[in-house]
Amino acid sequence: MGQSIWESMQQKGYGRREFLQLCTAAAAAAGLDKSAVGQVAHVFEKKEKPAVVWMHFQECTCCSESFIRASHPIVLDALLDVLDLNYSETLMAPSGFQAEKSLSDTIKNNKGKYIVLVEGAVPTKDGGVYCMIGGKTAESILQTVAADAAAIVAWGSCASNGCVQAAKPNPTGATPISKLVNKPVINVPGCPPIADVMMGVITHLLVLGQVPELDSLGRPKEFYGRRVHDTCYRRANYDAGLFVESWDDENARKGYCLYKMGCRGPVTYNACSVVRWNEGTSYPIQSGHGCIGCSEAGFWDNGPFYQHLGSFPGFGIESTADTIGTVVGVATLAGVAAHAVVTNIRKHRVIAEVHTEDMKE
Amino acid sequence: MSTGTQNVFQANGSGPVEYRRVYVWELPVRFYHWINAVALVLLIVTGYLIGAPIRAFYAAEAYQQYWFGWVRFIHFASAFVYVFNFAARIYWGFVGNKYAAWNNFFPITPKQRQEIVDVVKVDVLQVKMHGEISTGHNSLAAFVYFFTFLAFVAQSITGFALYSSMSNSFLPRMFTWIVPLMGGEMGVRHWHHLLMWFFVAFIIVHIYLSFYHDYIEGRGTISSMVGGWKFDRVKSAAEAAETEAKRNWGPGIKWRPAVKGHHKKPTFREPM
Ligand code: HEM
Ligand code: HEM
Ligand code: SF4
Repeated sequence: MGQSIWESMQQKGYGRREFLQLCTAAAAAAGLDKSAVGQVAHVFEKKEKPAVVWMHFQECTCCSESFIRASHPIVLDALLDVLDLNYSETLMAPSGFQAEKSLSDTIKNNKGKYIVLVEGAVPTKDGGVYCMIGGKTAESILQTVAADAAAIVAWGSCASNGCVQAAKPNPTGATPISKLVNKPVINVPGCPPIADVMMGVITHLLVLGQVPELDSLGRPKEFYGRRVHDTCYRRANYDAGLFVESWDDENARKGYCLYKMGCRGPVTYNACSVVRWNEGTSYPIQSGHGCIGCSEAGFWDNGPFYQHLGSFPGFGIESTADTIGTVVGVATLAGVAAHAVVTNIRKHRVIAEVHTEDMKE
Repeated sequence: MSTGTQNVFQANGSGPVEYRRVYVWELPVRFYHWINAVALVLLIVTGYLIGAPIRAFYAAEAYQQYWFGWVRFIHFASAFVYVFNFAARIYWGFVGNKYAAWNNFFPITPKQRQEIVDVVKVDVLQVKMHGEISTGHNSLAAFVYFFTFLAFVAQSITGFALYSSMSNSFLPRMFTWIVPLMGGEMGVRHWHHLLMWFFVAFIIVHIYLSFYHDYIEGRGTISSMVGGWKFDRVKSAAEAAETEAKRNWGPGIKWRPAVKGHHKKPTFREPM
C-alpha cells in the first residue's frame, strides 16, 4: 500500500521516459490537452495508486479479453502491473479462501478509496442462486463491495444493461448493476466494450480522480455521445442511397452502406467508428458486417440482426411492423370495398330517394 | 325561410326538396386539412422509404447522388410543417366556429353518444336506413378524429425523439427522454414505423367515407373541404323546432366559442 504509480514503475524497472510516455498516453486517453501532461505526471508521482477490485458475475469474460488488447501496451502494462488489482477471479494468483481474504482485506483497508469494476450482470431470481461465488450470491457480494467503493464501473453490456442473459425471457432475472446499488455507476456498455474506451475510463478515474461526464444512461459522454452511424466511413453511401442488397453482391464489394442489411449504426451510441478495434485496425462495418448494436440495451431482443426492423412479437421471427401493417392495410381496403358493395344493395332505396329529390325542374 | 314551394320533406316520398347552404369549414380549417393531407402523404411515402429504401443507383460514386438524403430531408421538412399545422388546428378549436370547436371531438354529451350509436346503425351496419344527418362532423367521425389526433401526437413525439439524435435544436431535444422509455432508439423506430400503418388505414377509410357520405346524402361532403359549404335540407317548421329542442351542445360546456362575438357564426343563406 501507499505506493504511487511512479514508485511502483521504478520498482519494476521502468525508466523516466516510459513513465512520461505513460502520462502522455493516459492524458490523451482521459481526453486531456497536452498541457495537462505535467499535471498527470504529478499525480502519478505523488498520489497513492488506488486499490481496484474486478468482479466477475454473469458474463463471458469478453470484457477482460478486450481490455488486455488495449492499443497502448505501455498504459495497459502499467495499469495491470501497477494498479493494485487486488481481486479479479481471472487474473489473480491466490485462490479459494486466500482469494476471498484478499477481497475482504482490500475492502477493510481502503474504505471509501477503492474502485470497483464489475463485469457481468447479477441474477436476482430465486434468491440469486444462479451465480454464487464462495457460497455467496452475486448480489450480496456486490452489495458488500459497493458499500464503501469510491467509484463503480459497470464493464460491458451485461453489467450496464443485462445483455444476453437479460434477453427475453430473462430466466435468471439478470439485472444491471446500476439498478442494484444506490450509487452512481459508470456504464461502459458494449459486448465487449472497446479496449481503449475501457482504458480511457479507468485513466480518467485515476488521473482526475473523478467520474467522467455521463449521459442520462450513465455512459461517459466522451465515448458514447455519438452514434456509430455519425462517424461511419460508409455514411456518404447512406446519404446517396447506395446500399448493399445482399451479402454477396457487387455493392458489398464496393463497400456501400449496410443499412438494408440491418446495420444498427443509426441507433447505436458507441465509439467504434472513431476508436476502432485491435489497435485501431478495423471495426465490424469496415470488415463488411453491419453493426449489431451491442452497446444498446436490449439489442438481443431487437433481432434479427440482418433485418432493418426488429421482428414483431408473436408473429414469427421475420415478421416486422410492415408485415402487420400490410395485413391491416389490405384488410381495410377489403372492408371498405365490401362496405361499398353492401351500401349499394342495402341502401338502394335511400339512393333512389336522393335522386327523386331533383324532380323540381 | 322563403318559399314558394309547398311541402317539402317527406321521408320516403318524392318531390322537390329545398336545401340551404351552411358555411361549415372555415378557411383555416380547410387550409389545415389540405396541408395536413399533403404533409401526411409525404410523411408516409418518405417514412416508408426510410424504412425500406428502394434500389435506386444512378451514379457510380456516392458524391454524385443524394436521393436518400433528400427522402429524409423531405420527411423532416414535412414533419415540421405537419406539427405546426396541427398546433394551429388545436388553436382553431378554441376560436373557430362551432363545427371546428374542440368539444366536437369528445363524446361528452348524451346527444353526442346517442349520435355515435345512430351512425353505427345507419352507416356502418346499415340496419337502419335513415338517421339524423349532422351538419359538421358526425359524432362518430369526430371521436375517430380524436384518436387520430392522439396518433398525431404520438407520431410527433416518437418522430422528434428519433430526430433528436441528429439535431441540437430545442424542439427535438425536448423529446430525448422518450428514448430510454421505449427501450432505446430501436424501440422508438419500431413504434414510429408501426404507427405509420394506422395513418394508412385511417386515410383509406376516411377518403372512402367522404365519398360514401357524398354519394348517399348528396349534399356536397367532398366539396365542403374545398369551398367550405355543405347543404342542409330545409325542414318544416315543426321539424325544425323539434330538432332545435333536441339540440344540446352540452350543459357541461360553458364556454362555447361559436357564440363569442369576434368571429363569424355559421352563415346561413337562403336559397335563391
Ligand atoms: C404522421 C406522420 C409520420 C409518419 C407516417 C412517419 C413515418 C415514418 C416511418 C415509416 C419511418 C421509418 C422508420 C424506420 O423504419 O426506420 C420514419 C422515420 C423517421 N421519422 Fe417519421 N413519420 C411521421 C412523422 C414524423 C415526425 C413528426 C417527425 C419529427 C421530426 C419524424 C421524424 C422521423 C425521423 C427522425 C425518422 C428516422 C429517420 C432516420 O432513420 O434517419 N417523423 N417516419
Ligand atoms: C390524405 C389524407 C387525409 C387526411 C390525413 C385527412 C384528415 C382529415 C382530418 C384530420 C379531418 C378532421 C378535420 C378537422 O376538423 O380538423 C378531416 C375531415 C375531412 N376530410 Fe380529410 N383527410 C385526408 C384526405 C381527404 C380527402 C382526399 C378528402 C376528400 C376528397 C377529404 C375530405 C374530408 C372531409 C369532407 C372532412 C370533413 C368530414 C366530416 O364531416 O367529418 N379528406 N380529414
Ligand atoms: S454502414 Fe451502418 S453505420 Fe455506416 S452509414 Fe451505413 S447504416 Fe450508418
